[in-house]
Amino acid sequence: MDSAKITDELFVPATKEEREGVQSMREPSSYWHDAYKRFTKNKIAVVSFWFIIFIIILAVVGPMISPFKYNQQIAGSEFIAPFHNWAHPLGTDNFGRDEFVRLMFGARISLAIGIVASLMVVIIGVIYGSISGYFGGWVDAIMMRIVEIISSIPALLIIIILSVVISAPLRAYLDAHPTYTALRSIGGSLLCIFITFALLYWVDMARMVRGQILSVKTEEYVNAAKALGAKPSRIIKKHLLPNSMGVIIVTATLNIPTAIFTEAYLSFIGLGVSPPMCSLGSLANDALEGIYSYAYLLILPSVIISLIILAFYLVGDALRNALDPRMKSK
Amino acid sequence: MRYILKRLIMSVITLFLIIAATFFLMHLVPGGPFLGDKNLPPNILHNLNAKYGLNRPLYLQFFTYLHDVMMGNLGVSVKQQGQSITGMIATYFPVSMRLGLVAIVFAVVMGTIMGIGSALKNGKGLDHTIMVLATIGTSIPSFVVATVSMIIFGVQLKWLPTYGLDTIQSYILPGFALSFFPLSFIARLMRSSMLDVIHQDYIKTARAKGLSEATVIIKHAMRNAIQPVITYLGTLMAGVLTGSFVIEQVFSIPGLGRTFVDSIQNLDYPLIMGTTIFYAALLILMYLLVDVIYVLVDPRIKLSK
Repeated sequence: MDSAKITDELFVPATKEEREGVQSMREPSSYWHDAYKRFTKNKIAVVSFWFIIFIIILAVVGPMISPFKYNQQIAGSEFIAPFHNWAHPLGTDNFGRDEFVRLMFGARISLAIGIVASLMVVIIGVIYGSISGYFGGWVDAIMMRIVEIISSIPALLIIIILSVVISAPLRAYLDAHPTYTALRSIGGSLLCIFITFALLYWVDMARMVRGQILSVKTEEYVNAAKALGAKPSRIIKKHLLPNSMGVIIVTATLNIPTAIFTEAYLSFIGLGVSPPMCSLGSLANDALEGIYSYAYLLILPSVIISLIILAFYLVGDALRNALDPRMKSK
Repeated sequence: MRYILKRLIMSVITLFLIIAATFFLMHLVPGGPFLGDKNLPPNILHNLNAKYGLNRPLYLQFFTYLHDVMMGNLGVSVKQQGQSITGMIATYFPVSMRLGLVAIVFAVVMGTIMGIGSALKNGKGLDHTIMVLATIGTSIPSFVVATVSMIIFGVQLKWLPTYGLDTIQSYILPGFALSFFPLSFIARLMRSSMLDVIHQDYIKTARAKGLSEATVIIKHAMRNAIQPVITYLGTLMAGVLTGSFVIEQVFSIPGLGRTFVDSIQNLDYPLIMGTTIFYAALLILMYLLVDVIYVLVDPRIKLSK
């Protein structure tokens, strides 16, 4: 190469026009945009998603605009079968309470339990898991041993024991402090369910988050980003967080049906919400006595609870496929 | 061997923690077991507490209890006069165990068959049908399966008995309800692991050797694909066990599950504690066994690891 031909002009930064020539024509597609496109491709998941939205609206708004209250007993109109009386489209129960409004109210309680419990799991699990994952070493070893022990305890058994033990002192405490109106309006039994959930179900979330952070931390592209001089804030924002976010969202979504499932189960063995409050599980449990003559009281809440759980599972599954970047190629 | 020893020590620690947690939690409850009764005169209450050793310092009570548990003595029920809890478990548990075994065997056999069938017909009608059923199956709570199948087959069609466990037929409904969820779960598990295995090179080799399709599937593919199902067995047992609380309630089966739920509703603390410890010990033992079996079945995992 003739050294005379290398001039300083060759090293002048490219002009704007020159740079445009090498930029890709495609609009940059963000992680969330890609995920959204993948999610909407799954028709079943989209239908499930709108079903959940519909149920949430019904559960929130329904009891407010209904002419009846969920605990309003109407003497003389007990055990009306569904589709027989347009005042009570889904019939009434043994106290003459409108079944439609009770179902909506029960769905409200069940959904609230699912969503609140899942949120608490996210908070505890993400903090615990990320501390364990970031620090590593002996901190990680101790924290994971604790997780191991908690997860080897049969969860439902401990939830049952905890709800037996906590509910009485909790109620006594609430009665002694009438000023805690917000807590009192939630009710002792509901609070108790939240506490027991938060105490046990964060373990899986903590494990997931830890694993995710550990694996992403050592990924080559994180190393590459570091080598290229990316600041830690950029690595966290662009690599660690989006990659863990998918796992967090999916686990949280799949936790909602688990929580609803467990609440229904607890209500069914008489440990759930206390009457006259009702959840879908307690409605099914109450209907068990009249199963021979009034099967609709059992079938309605059972079908709704199964549909809600199914919808959440389907959405969670679709989210997993949509949010996991490694699935992109498939 | 070291692995098994390590798991054994962990199990003992877990069990100890459970016993301790259960014991101290139970004593947090204000009032104790006799407060629920009609207002007892204070001196009678005092005597009752003295009789059951409830007025001694808590840590002493704990050590006595721990000693008793190790001796296989779980105390006496305070609500059912003079009934020893070990005796009650011996009476009621076999009933639950028979039902549980029926459910477990049914779930594992049917789930495995359905999973394999689904994987072999991947993408065809049978696959879709089984997977739709399995997806629905994992989202229906067991009490819904129990009550709805009871209404249909017991109340409407009157084909099957709706309570007790006296005849062979009476196992069908509760067994079905109990195995519904694990069956669906195993079917999905088996399908995905079978799909993984079937594309491996050694399956091609087996086919290339000219082995019959049945030999390839049963001897080569299934043996490797069944591993996740074995891992799931521990969870399955926990599920069947907790499921039995509800199922025994619905079908009025005099098993330990129903006794446990009753003891919760009566606040019979020694019985709650005894049953919990029994269940926990049982499950921890099962988890341990499953781990050991898993290691034995899969030669790739070395015991000494």
